[in-house]
Parts: sequence; C-alpha cells; structure tokens
Amino acid sequence: MGAEKQTNSTDERAQNIEATRQLLGGYKREKANLIPVLQKVQGKLGYLPREAMMEIAGYFDIAPIDVYGVVTFYNQFRLNPPGKHSVRVCLGTACHMKGGYITLDAWKRRLKIDARQTTPDREFDLDTVACVGCCAMAPVTVVDNKPEGKVEPTRVDGILLGLGYDHITKDQEKVDESK
Amino acid sequence: MTKANSGPGVRTAFNKLKERAEAHERELKQNRSLILVGAATCGRAAGALDVVEAFREEIRKRDLDCPVIEVGCMGHCYAEPIVIISKPGNPPIAYGHVNPVIAERLINEYIMGDNPCPEFVLAALEPSDILPSFQDFPRAAYEKKIILKNCGRIDPTNIDEYIVVGGYSALARSLEKSPQEIIDEIRAAGLRGRGGAGYPTGQKWQTCRDAEGTPKYIICNADEGDPGAFVDRAILESDPHSVIEGMIIGGYAVGASHGYIYVRAEYPLAVKRLQTALEQAKELKLTGKNIFGGEFSFDIEVFQGSGAFVCGEETALIASLEGEAGMPTPRPPYPAARGLFDKPTVVNNVKTLAYVRHIINNGAEWFRETGTKESPGTAVFSLAGKIVNTGMVEVPMGTSLRNIIFDAGSGIPGGKRFKAVQIGGPSGGCLPEAALDTGVDFDSLQSAGAIMGSGGMVVCDEDDCMVEMARYFLEFTQRESCGKCTFCRLGTKQMLEILTEFTFGQGKLKDLETLETLAQQVKAGSLCSLGRTAPNPILTTLRYFRDEYIEHITMGRCPALMCMHLIAYYILPDKCERSCDACVGSCTVEAISPNKKRIKVIDQEKCVKCGTCLAACPPQYNAIVKLSPPSEVPEQNVKIKNQISKTKK
Repeated sequence: MGAEKQTNSTDERAQNIEATRQLLGGYKREKANLIPVLQKVQGKLGYLPREAMMEIAGYFDIAPIDVYGVVTFYNQFRLNPPGKHSVRVCLGTACHMKGGYITLDAWKRRLKIDARQTTPDREFDLDTVACVGCCAMAPVTVVDNKPEGKVEPTRVDGILLGLGYDHITKDQEKVDESK
Repeated sequence: MTKANSGPGVRTAFNKLKERAEAHERELKQNRSLILVGAATCGRAAGALDVVEAFREEIRKRDLDCPVIEVGCMGHCYAEPIVIISKPGNPPIAYGHVNPVIAERLINEYIMGDNPCPEFVLAALEPSDILPSFQDFPRAAYEKKIILKNCGRIDPTNIDEYIVVGGYSALARSLEKSPQEIIDEIRAAGLRGRGGAGYPTGQKWQTCRDAEGTPKYIICNADEGDPGAFVDRAILESDPHSVIEGMIIGGYAVGASHGYIYVRAEYPLAVKRLQTALEQAKELKLTGKNIFGGEFSFDIEVFQGSGAFVCGEETALIASLEGEAGMPTPRPPYPAARGLFDKPTVVNNVKTLAYVRHIINNGAEWFRETGTKESPGTAVFSLAGKIVNTGMVEVPMGTSLRNIIFDAGSGIPGGKRFKAVQIGGPSGGCLPEAALDTGVDFDSLQSAGAIMGSGGMVVCDEDDCMVEMARYFLEFTQRESCGKCTFCRLGTKQMLEILTEFTFGQGKLKDLETLETLAQQVKAGSLCSLGRTAPNPILTTLRYFRDEYIEHITMGRCPALMCMHLIAYYILPDKCERSCDACVGSCTVEAISPNKKRIKVIDQEKCVKCGTCLAACPPQYNAIVKLSPPSEVPEQNVKIKNQISKTKK
C-alpha cells in the first residue's frame, strides 16, 4: 500500500487525541478490550491515526508496537483517512466468477486509484472485501455501506452518476476528448 | 447445581412469557393484512428497503391499517426482493422481484381489492386451489427445513413472534433437566459440528463440562469467512433467537456463565439483529441473573471480528477475543479443556447451536430419523455461482449433489453445461460431474477431496476456468495466512506464483509436479486448518481437471475462455450489423469504433476485456466472440503480442 505519508496538523492531532480519550473512558484497562476500542475509535475518526494508537497504547499500558501489530493484522483497520464515499468491491467466490475483478478494474479506472487507496480529493476510497454474503446478487459492490447487486462496469458509471459525480464517468471523458 | 434448577418455577415463568407473547401477537395480527418484506442483506442488495418504503408510503397515503414488517431471508435469494402478504381468508402469498411499482399495485389490487396479482406471485406458502405453492416446487421433494424453518417468516426484531412459534420452550425444558441429561441427549442425537470439521458436539460439551476451572465460556463462532458461504449470516439476520437459545442451553449444559458471539465485521446487519435480540432476551430475563427465576445465570455479549479469515479457526478466534492478533496455537490443549483466558471454552458454529433447541424439544430419536447414520440431521448449503436458484437450501444429510444442484437449485442457467461444483470455500475442493452422485455428508465429501466447510456451494459452468479458480482460492489463502507457519506463509506464495504464471500462459509442465509436492508439504507443515486445507483447491482441480492445466501451459490457451491474459474479444465482420452501435456505446474504455464499412472493430490495445460489449451485442447478431489464445484474432496479431508483454511486467 504505497500511499503517500500523510501527517496531520497539530490541530487535527489534538482533536484526534481528545476524541480517542473520550471513547476510552468507558472501557476497563484490559487487553481484551483493545479490539473493541480500536473499532470504536475507527468508527468515530474513520481511520486510526498514529496519535490515536499512541493514546490507546498508553491507556492499556502496552507497547505502541503491540497496538500497531493488531491494527495491521486485521483487514478492517485502516491507517489512512477514508473518502467521503466508500466503495468496497466484493471479491468472494461467486462475485469472482461473475466478474468481480472486472468490476474492480472498472472502479480503479474511473476513480484513478488502486484498491486500499483514497482519491486525492478525499471524495472516494476504494477497497475490496472478502465476501459480504449476498453471493446470490453477484457481482456485489458495497457503496456507502449499502450493498449493490449485479454491479458490472456499466453500472459503475450508473452509481457514480447517482452520487452526482458525472464528471468522472465515461461520457465526460468523451466531451473532454472532443474539446 | 447437579440436579434440576427448580422445576415448577421455570415452567410457570415460561408459561407466563408465552401467554404474554401470544396476546401481543393476537393484537398485531388480528383481522389485518400483513406485509412481510425479506430485508436480509441479500434482499437489501436487491432493493428491499425501497420496497419497504414504497409500501409504507402507499399505506400512509390511503390510511390503511396494515403493518409492514422487515423479515429475514427465506432462502430464495434469486427472487429477491421477496414480499409475503397474508390477508385474512387467503393463504399467505409470496411475491418475487418486487419493486416500488409492483408494491403500489399490490396495495391497490390485493390489499384494497381482491386480485392477488398472479403475474407477480412466486408461490403461495400453503397449498391452495388458486395458486401454485412452494410445496409444488421440485425442490420441495428434497428439502427438509429444520433450522431455516422460521427464516423469512418471523420478525427477527420481535421476540414475541419467536416465542409464539415455540421459541425458548426448549430452554424451559432444559432448565428442568440436569446439565448431564442435556449433554446425553445431544450425544444420543449424534449432532456434529456444522462449522466444517464435524466434531461431535455432545463430546465437546462433555469435555468442557468435565474440565477443571471456572468460569467456563461458550463461544458462538459466526466468523463465516468462507467466500461463497452465507448461511450463518442469513440465520443470524433472520432468526437470531434460535442461536441465542441454543447458546443458553449449551451454557447451562457445560456450566458456563458467559457467552460470546464472535461475528464478522462484514455482517453489520447480523450484528444489529443480534444486539436487538439480546436486549429483548435480557429484558424478559432469558439471559442475565437467575434465568426463569432459577439458579442458572448466563450473559451473552457480541464481539465483532475485524476481518481476518484465520479467526474462523477456534484458537485464533480465542486469541482475537483476548485482544491479540488472531494467530492459532497448537492443539491440544483443546479449547474445551483450556480456551479463552485459559478457561474451559466451547466453540460452536451458528448452525450447530441453532439445532440444539430442536433436539431438546423433539428428542434424539427424531433428529436421527433424518440424514445418515454417521451424519444425522440436515445439511444447509448456500447455492451461488452459475445456478438458477441461488439462495439457501436445507436437505437431509446424504442427499446427492445432483439432487441439490439440478433439482433444488434448478440447474445451470442459460443452457450451459455443468462443469464443477466448489464446496467448502478455500479449504474445499472442486468436484466434477462424475462426483455428482456423491451424497453430501461429512465423510463422503472428505473422501472425494472436498470438505463440508461452512456450507458454501459454488457451481461452475463451462465458462469457468479451473486453473483460475485454483489461483483465486490460493490468492485468498495466501493473503489470509497469518504467517505463523513457514510452509503456509511461503508455500502458499510459491504455489500462487506458479498458478499465476499458468493463467498468463507461461510455466512448464514440470511445475505441475512442483505444485503437487508443495501442496503436500504445506498440508503437513501447517498448524491450523487454514494451511492444512489451503492446497485442497489445487489438488482437486489437478486431480479432476489436469487437461485444463496442460492446455494453459503448452498452448497458452484457456479452454473456458476466462483467463483475461489468454483471451481477446473479436467482432466477426460478417456478423456485425452496420446500422447497430450497441457495442460502441457500451464499451467502458472507448475501444470500439466503426471502420470505413461501418463494421465495428475492437482496438485490442485499448480493450480491457470487461466483456460489456459481448453482453451488449444484440442476440440476433451475436457478432462478438472470445478467442483464445489471443493470437487467433486475425488482423491485429502484432498489437496483441505487444499488449501481453506489457501486462506481464
């Protein structure tokens, strides 16, 4: 994941630390609470910034590397900020057979980013998911936590249009080319 | 706590609960039409929430007295969104593929009038003279619903509905017995763990009960990570109380005081349903201190997994619950002896726990009437891939694959030919047509090279490449390997590289032997079943579809026309209709343009092989074909070669 290193401003850092502290308050200082805490913090901040992980390590009195180890072990946790819209392409068996990888290619092409990246304007982030369990609707893409069934390359454009991003779909490219 | 837990008190408490639930239900359902919308994740993906909204809007506009209830999944996912309307005097009727427009018509014509709109009907739920019913479907002859019975029929967010259909009666019955009696009953029933391995549940419970150390724990493993399997999700979303009841009974039997339900984070709706169900159970004192006023106390907590396939392995799951990275540990000691926080812990699959209440209510003998001697009961499969009736099916153990795929699942769509069925996800195998008469149970699947796994059945037709299938699963297991065992960490990577080369048309025949040797070594050199079963997809495809591998290697050709780097799309000039521009408009990358004669031509260098044009070409022309190897494309040989060397890096 060769995402560029993003450093937060001092203000942002202070806010993240404050938010993390507030969430930590309700938890016992037992390591069994580490994963629920990380989930909670990510739920609030959208990702796990360095300062939040440091804060959590301090709270549980464990080495920061142990927090980092757990965060990077699980697919759910992310280290970079999410986009305004999240796009998760299902790559389960059924979706794969019905062309999920082709759909993923289509998303990459339109958003001009790779999986596990966020667009530079932070409008979209693209990720894959192992299986969301609606194999009957394959290929599935989860857009803003709503599973969309039968998403083939043409529907990628349709979804982008529906979200009001017509400027990145094919038609616009055509207009740009003709200029 | 050796003998019963104050019997008469339990009975009275339960009866009171049941009366209360029945009164609530009567109030809700009396002389009213009811609309049930299948709003599990599969239904939602098909637009069920819009349908719910449309019904509510129409009802509001007309000021009708007709509740709209979001239920779970009936298993007929191919027809989602499904709506069941029960109108007093008529049998409940299920409608398939409902959308907001159909919803409006159903309100106008059926709820307000008396036309049941047969054109939208899927089937009636009970036999009747006017409409076909589910009992008339060919699959009805093979299906036997035990744990799926209530799915899609009851409101998962309303505990009263569950109690009215017999819920929590098994808990009351259990608390009147001694824990040992319950374990004996489960043992006599021969219930085997539905998580995949098929270990006898009663045995596991006994070990945990006999183990020293308190507190004891019971964990429900709902980390259904196998891509292609979704039965656990459907049960949790549709009938969460059945799992909770099984867990409480299990907790009582083994002497546990605390339970965890470990659910995948990818199943947000299941988590929500479970949390609602647990709150309701707690409110009615079905969990917590002194259940039914007896001596037994038991708490349940939901724990969300964080997206690691290996956590489906029980020791990794326990590590994850303890706040560690989910890496497996060697067994023994088995968790039943030393598990969570080093205390005796039972880990059971969702489906296993869902069976418990039925066995307690109906007895071991009843359970053994279904299925085979070694594997009693039913098997639940999720059907996906190239099959007409995608969804879930529950059949007696021992039913043949042929019956499941061709009768219950109605076969392969589009008149294509069956090629293989993939059972058990990344740990399972691909079985060919010759194996179709295998009866499904734990042991026969194992000897065919697949495993029961968590019940994912993905059907492949002639368009699916077995080499690519093996590569796909290896890519998955390689990524999900936790990295603890060297063979699993590096061996899977090595195998993946070889398979990837094959799908590029590279590789040597000698690699097949390397692959087989490596597969055996990874099996032998891995601690947990992730590594031990990871080579299964390779071994079974090599065993049954070796020719396909050889064709990839020696001819650079993918016989199923699936491997992207080994195919090219081509428009047959003599079939292309000059006045038609369907493919040009459909192409997502502007790679198709008409030539001087207005025959469309694909620019192979631009083509990303998404196949959209093939789908767009009107069937009366059928001018677009896939060719493999790509050098088959007549005029543009040179360009294609360039492209291949580019993609290969």
